[in-house]
Amino acid sequence: MSTSEIDRQWTTRLRRRSFGKLPPEKMLPDTQPSYVSSWIYVFGVTTISALIVVIATGCVLAIFGPEWWHVSSVGHFVNSLHLWSVEIFFFAMVVHLWGKYFMAAWRGGRAMTWITGMVLFLASIVTALTGYVSQTNFDSQWISTQAKDAINSTGGGAFFNLLNPGQMLMWHIVLMPLILVALVGVHVVMVRIKGVVPPFEDDRVVQVVQVAPVAQVVTAAPVAPGAEQ
Amino acid sequence: MSKKNFRPDVDAPEWRGGHTPYDIIKEGTIAIVIVGLLTVLLSVLFGSPDVPAITIKSWSNAAPVDFATTALSELNGTSLTAAYGAPYNIQPASANQALGPLKLEYWVGVHIPINTTNDFVVDPLKALPNQPVLDKNLAMWSSASKATQAKWVTNYTKAAPKMKFFDGKVVLNATNAGPVPVMINDLTSMARSGALDQALITGDTFYSTDYTQSLLFISDGAYLGDQAAKQHLLGEQWGVMNETGSYPGSAWLWLYTFFYQIAPYNSSGNADILVLATMIILTAGLTLMPFIPGLRSIPRKTRVYRLIWREHYQSQKQST
Repeated sequence: MSTSEIDRQWTTRLRRRSFGKLPPEKMLPDTQPSYVSSWIYVFGVTTISALIVVIATGCVLAIFGPEWWHVSSVGHFVNSLHLWSVEIFFFAMVVHLWGKYFMAAWRGGRAMTWITGMVLFLASIVTALTGYVSQTNFDSQWISTQAKDAINSTGGGAFFNLLNPGQMLMWHIVLMPLILVALVGVHVVMVRIKGVVPPFEDDRVVQVVQVAPVAQVVTAAPVAPGAEQ
Repeated sequence: MSKKNFRPDVDAPEWRGGHTPYDIIKEGTIAIVIVGLLTVLLSVLFGSPDVPAITIKSWSNAAPVDFATTALSELNGTSLTAAYGAPYNIQPASANQALGPLKLEYWVGVHIPINTTNDFVVDPLKALPNQPVLDKNLAMWSSASKATQAKWVTNYTKAAPKMKFFDGKVVLNATNAGPVPVMINDLTSMARSGALDQALITGDTFYSTDYTQSLLFISDGAYLGDQAAKQHLLGEQWGVMNETGSYPGSAWLWLYTFFYQIAPYNSSGNADILVLATMIILTAGLTLMPFIPGLRSIPRKTRVYRLIWREHYQSQKQST
């Protein structure tokens, strides 16, 4: 097999492209910029940690079925773990989101990182809704019968029926977790590729390196603090 | 290489400062342990709510008149479900929610067909075995013209405000109501026995996970709402973000819930689609913030970032 043939292989191309964009030292860094020094940075990893606990406790609930937690004290405790890890997940995610907002974390070619984060937030809301209506208790009854009107008003109720707990459970434990985990993966990889957004340096001549698609140096004129260009 | 002006809300300066040691694996491990312990602590301290589901049996035993009145509304086509429109049944476009000229609900049409008269009353009654009196009345109902059925139902409905429940029976002095009194009474008895719960589970097969009909029937009555009010779950109680008990619920829906509390949303027949449309616009704005001049400058102009990067700016100040 010739070298050029190997070079043309999909596998070779994918490996080179992947490691070109995200070499191991970026994926698993051992240093970070010194400006990454604030409690606000804790909430990204807290969100992912909470998601891991959510998935783990959800897996235990899945093993024994959707009604186990109504009749078992152990099951009820696992459900409590699931609930509170979800609350921590959302709390951490919202703080993370607003922290990144006030950092304008989309700067420097990081817009897609911001957008995938927002999509993650929305997907999480759908996941939580499908969980609430899959509980097979009074909360499920009330939430599904009330929330159906909003879904129906968009025409979506014809295909996404909140009153069908079987359908909702499938969304909750199969489809939405797949979407969430995939989005988290994309989001984290983007963060690792671009790095953490640097602080505003708005009153001096700055050099910017835009990473993708082609590295280019941008030279700025001095900018007055607070000035919009 | 190209040159262009530096845009402070779009571009980021290249970091030429120092770096500090960072053990990402250790950080992740510690975070999982702390979150896990915090989750256990909260679960031990507060547990989780689990109010049992209402059944048609429990509803009709606790509030038989409410059940019988609801059953009548299913029979005479005045219940919420009967007049709902898409995706359950055909109604004029005006009965469906619309966003201005966009009648999404109406355009998508009926996909979960429900005829409350037949699906909630007549068909379940037909499934009851060995009921000669009921069978005779159901035969009378089926053989009557639509006009006659309407006349019977109207006469019964007129007397319905005086409905009582005594000695296991629905008591109502309605004249010229045909088979309706027997049908309503027997459906109430069927409900109180638990047989209607099973009869309403959607599907013709042994297995079913679809409770659309049961939930719609229950939500047409006042009993479900009464129980929800006790649990502070009504819309005007910010119920969209609450759950039973004193738990945080879906606190992340606070803005969505907020719009249901204010005009024009709280008095509109199109409240759901209006609130959703508003939230979609706001969410799109936040999602596309990096591309919206003016809005994307808010973080820089509010200078909250000075708190986040306080140490960085302090060290910068000291070095100069």
